[in-house]
Amino acid sequence: MGLFSYFKNEDDPKLSAQIAKERLQIVVAHERKQRTAPEYLPALQRELLAVIAKYVQIEEDDIQVQIDQQGNLSVLELNVTLPH
Amino acid sequence: MAKIIVVTSGKGGVGKTTTSAAVATGLAVAGHKTAVLDFDVGLRNLDLIMGCERRVVYDFVNVINGEATLKQALIKDKRTDNLYILPASQTRDKDALSKEGVERVLNELSELFDFIICDSPAGIEHGAQMALYFADEAIVVTNPEVSSVRDSDRIIGILQSKSRKAERGEPVKEHLLLTRYNPSRVAQGEMLSVQDVEEILAIDLLGVIPESQSVLKASNQGVPVILDDESDAGMAYSDAVARLLGENRPHRFLEAQKKGFLKRVFGG
Repeated sequence: MGLFSYFKNEDDPKLSAQIAKERLQIVVAHERKQRTAPEYLPALQRELLAVIAKYVQIEEDDIQVQIDQQGNLSVLELNVTLPH
Repeated sequence: MAKIIVVTSGKGGVGKTTTSAAVATGLAVAGHKTAVLDFDVGLRNLDLIMGCERRVVYDFVNVINGEATLKQALIKDKRTDNLYILPASQTRDKDALSKEGVERVLNELSELFDFIICDSPAGIEHGAQMALYFADEAIVVTNPEVSSVRDSDRIIGILQSKSRKAERGEPVKEHLLLTRYNPSRVAQGEMLSVQDVEEILAIDLLGVIPESQSVLKASNQGVPVILDDESDAGMAYSDAVARLLGENRPHRFLEAQKKGFLKRVFGG
């Protein structure tokens, strides 16, 4: 790396390829999770939303359902953001 | 029985057709009877890259519809023995490639050839799915760039779930081919490295094709770039084909060419 680019990088310490790699790792991991999720997951999410909406006013975005593989068992994770 | 290899990527413009032409030619040069099929219905281009565009009479869809025999539609390559091209239809709609029709053509080709190379269209629609459905192996062509890597991961997911082998619970052997690689930009931290892409996609590395002027020159002339044995891209494709055939060859062209003293001090 040349002298000028060395100083230039003082302002921008993270190289763009590094940023690209980190962004890709996150988005790819997220999309793989969706891909391997069981087919019933979207329906399950809709029905859970309907039940919770009977008691609290929530939007579709306020509920997140995902399944994580941990060793030889799967964990169903349900996140609901309730309004104040 | 032929080995069926799909050349796919999800994203367009990364070098699928260039790779299909190069790999098919390389296999034929190595003495294997090879057919290369264009699945890009409506956007035929393999014929141009192979330099046989003026010899197209019948196409893939004609064969499926029984309007021509396979023998009539296959174009024998003029430069390379053992090599035949089946062009895509330029006029029909994409659904013309029925699964049964494609299977029938592939079965017939399997009797005649050692390798069948399927040049996939971009995207993940019907044409791309037909190109990969019957594959034994896949060459996933990827550029060291975020959208290409993401699309490659998506197409790998489709190979693992929607191909015939996947449906039978067998793995499709996936190979990563990194194209348009620029080692000096990688050294500057401006481009994803081979290791970065391998780490993200987690499939076997078949080869790295350096960004090269010879690729455009070859497509201008309608000569598969692998036949340009003086170019870095041509040599890198030859290495990749040798690896596909089981040879163990070290990867070349991964390092930037050494800069002179002044360039190193002042950049540029």
